[in-house]
Amino acid sequence: MHGYAGRVLHVDLTTGKTHVEPLNVEYAKKYIGGIGLGMRLLLDYSKPGVDPFSPENPLILTTGPISGTVWPTGGNGHAFVSKSPQSFGVGESKSHGSFGTELKRAGYDAVIFTGKSEKPVYLWIDDDTVQLRDAKHLMGKSPSETEDMIREELGDYYIRVAAIGPAGEKLVRLACIINDKTRAAGRTGMGAVMGSKKLKAIAVRGTHDVTVAKPDEFLEFVKEFHERMKGPATQKYRTLGTPLNVLVHNKIACLPTRNYNNASFEAAEKVSGEYLNEHYVAKIIGCSSCAMRCEHMCVVPEGPYKGAMSRVEYEPLWAMAPYCGIDRLDAVIKGMELCNHYGIDAIGAGVIVAFAMDCYENGILTKEDLDGVEARFGNHEALIQLIEKMGKREGIGDLLAEGVKVAAEKIGKGAEKFAQHIKGVEVTGYDLRTLKTAALGFAVSFRGADHNRHGAYGFDVTWGKEGNPKRFIAEKGRGKMVKDREDLYTVIDSLIICKFSRGTYYNGFEDIAKLYRLVTGFEVTAEDMRRSGERINNVARLFNVREGLSRKDDTLPYKVMHHPVPDEGPSKGAYVSQEELDLLLDDYYEARGWTKDGIPTIEKLKELEMDDLIHIVENKLKKAGKPREE
Amino acid sequence: MVKIHERKFVAADPEKCVGCQVCEYICSMTKEGVFNPLKSRIRVVRINQLINLAVTCRLCEDAPCVAACPRKALTQSEENGVILVDEDKCDGCGWCIEACDYGAIMLHPDTKKVFVCDLCQELGEPQCVKWCPEEALDLVTADTLAQKARITAVKKLFQEALKTTPVT
Repeated sequence: MHGYAGRVLHVDLTTGKTHVEPLNVEYAKKYIGGIGLGMRLLLDYSKPGVDPFSPENPLILTTGPISGTVWPTGGNGHAFVSKSPQSFGVGESKSHGSFGTELKRAGYDAVIFTGKSEKPVYLWIDDDTVQLRDAKHLMGKSPSETEDMIREELGDYYIRVAAIGPAGEKLVRLACIINDKTRAAGRTGMGAVMGSKKLKAIAVRGTHDVTVAKPDEFLEFVKEFHERMKGPATQKYRTLGTPLNVLVHNKIACLPTRNYNNASFEAAEKVSGEYLNEHYVAKIIGCSSCAMRCEHMCVVPEGPYKGAMSRVEYEPLWAMAPYCGIDRLDAVIKGMELCNHYGIDAIGAGVIVAFAMDCYENGILTKEDLDGVEARFGNHEALIQLIEKMGKREGIGDLLAEGVKVAAEKIGKGAEKFAQHIKGVEVTGYDLRTLKTAALGFAVSFRGADHNRHGAYGFDVTWGKEGNPKRFIAEKGRGKMVKDREDLYTVIDSLIICKFSRGTYYNGFEDIAKLYRLVTGFEVTAEDMRRSGERINNVARLFNVREGLSRKDDTLPYKVMHHPVPDEGPSKGAYVSQEELDLLLDDYYEARGWTKDGIPTIEKLKELEMDDLIHIVENKLKKAGKPREE
Repeated sequence: MVKIHERKFVAADPEKCVGCQVCEYICSMTKEGVFNPLKSRIRVVRINQLINLAVTCRLCEDAPCVAACPRKALTQSEENGVILVDEDKCDGCGWCIEACDYGAIMLHPDTKKVFVCDLCQELGEPQCVKWCPEEALDLVTADTLAQKARITAVKKLFQEALKTTPVT
């Protein structure tokens, strides 16, 4: 096989036994790799209704067919898939760096972890030799320290490691899995699932060759993309980086500020990408095989946070700065460093701190509840203290470590109204009151609140920059727009290529199909790839339907629907009404060919050649009183 | 024997190198038809994220690797200073690897013989230089390296001067 390694590694953590099985080629062709393959395997290897922390919930690690090649931005990706301890639906998260490429060279398209180890262990994959090793000495260590210690212990500097930090060990629900020191599979709590299995780290050394079906044409195509990546489509990532968004979003008032109390931030300049680059960016580095390089490594040169170092992107910056009302980037870099240390999703962490601040300012949490932390909006010391507490599950941190949804339920007293999440996953940096295509995308996202499942904010922000009021309007047609983007994004995450490079695929699915053909030798068309994207969205939906999620869960946070933007300016008064949400959902489900409850129909599943999964919806469709198709 | 002043080798600019490993992939594909950094003649080192540099053979004068070989398997090209490996003589003992200060000569994972950068002579130019997306790699002599360093230093000085001296 070309592109694919052709093998899947099974690791039973309960018995400590491992074995290798051939890759199901039909799955590879239908679900590509990455999250697509991972979610299809998840349906096979999990039973409905199990707790995400139960040994019966598998954790699946995948690479994509492009991993291990020199494809720009695509040669290095990997993904984790499991049932999420935040959404209780499908969880998935990708990361780049150099871990995925190493796993491919070790000869695996996927690793399926089942069961639970009695003692802390780490998995050492040395090509064909696989062993579970004692990880007692690694407990409490950060992912970065774990990486160094494993390299030292095994005596090889080029070993790649993906590890959880103390937060994952303690089942912080939004714990992530970090590789290459600063690269996180951040969202949906995959690190907590890993922690529940007492699996501290996965270390890989791969020495096998990776080949592509048509090397000469492939290299020609790579060369073309190297040129494209020097062009306008990637300029943002190469220069200021994603923090460029701060001022753009602030200008059109779609920058959620102080836990959605505002949609613009008076101190935006001080936390902008421009300010960051001038004062803190020490070096921009690249992932393995990337021709763009985007990773803005920031170092704090002076002051109380001197020496703090982290990669900085817009989302975590937004979560810790405007969203907490904090106007200093040195504290934000420190906050991110701490998230990397403990292994917590830095977006979620910022949102949780803002939630605590809002609760504090509204008298729902007292200073005493907060262990003496003065959790006012804008207090950078509170940000640092609360992240520390969350990472250790210490004091109030134990409650906050549950994520805003569960924490709010436990607090009661109306705290739910301050918990900005969708399906239990914390919101990200786009004010959904003012971006209604994005609002739909976020509401239906199968992994909960997220911009990366659809990128639908792109339409709205462009309109916003043009002064076009369409972004405030909920209307028919948005469903199809979201669906089309989702179908593209699932393919991107299954190949796996980096979303920052999406603009270089000038010919969309045509380019993607060509890439897949040249790598794998499988004769596919652009339409085949699009259908794979649609199929992967359906397989994700099927998992969620199986776990009991439905239309009621495709909703928006309380404030988005009940707290109109108060700020003077373009977004004043904007919010999403129930009527608007219903209109958008109906339009989306129709575009998807799903029922009004958001359940894939038998017809749709047959059309997508997913007959083997029809059994999941049969009962649900009967219960809903729908006539059986055929 | 080519004079040391004229000897050209591949060097990475530490200011520009981002540690992306494109050079490694291109080298292994050019030389072996596969993607495998272990078969690359140029290797990237990343330390603490901030320090990134690709390293390959410097074509030393009186190359220590050649001197160290107990089987006379290594010679240095009269024409351009490239290290030539006689695979029939090399038994992979590793003395040359130990002698090299740069880790530039390595044991091949399949052939078990040593291998080292040959500047892609058959293709006319080193492919890593051609492909480097950051233009961090260059084919240089010791003299051009010194020139580049000098110019960079002066430019930096001048930039600092411009910052502190108001232009009226």
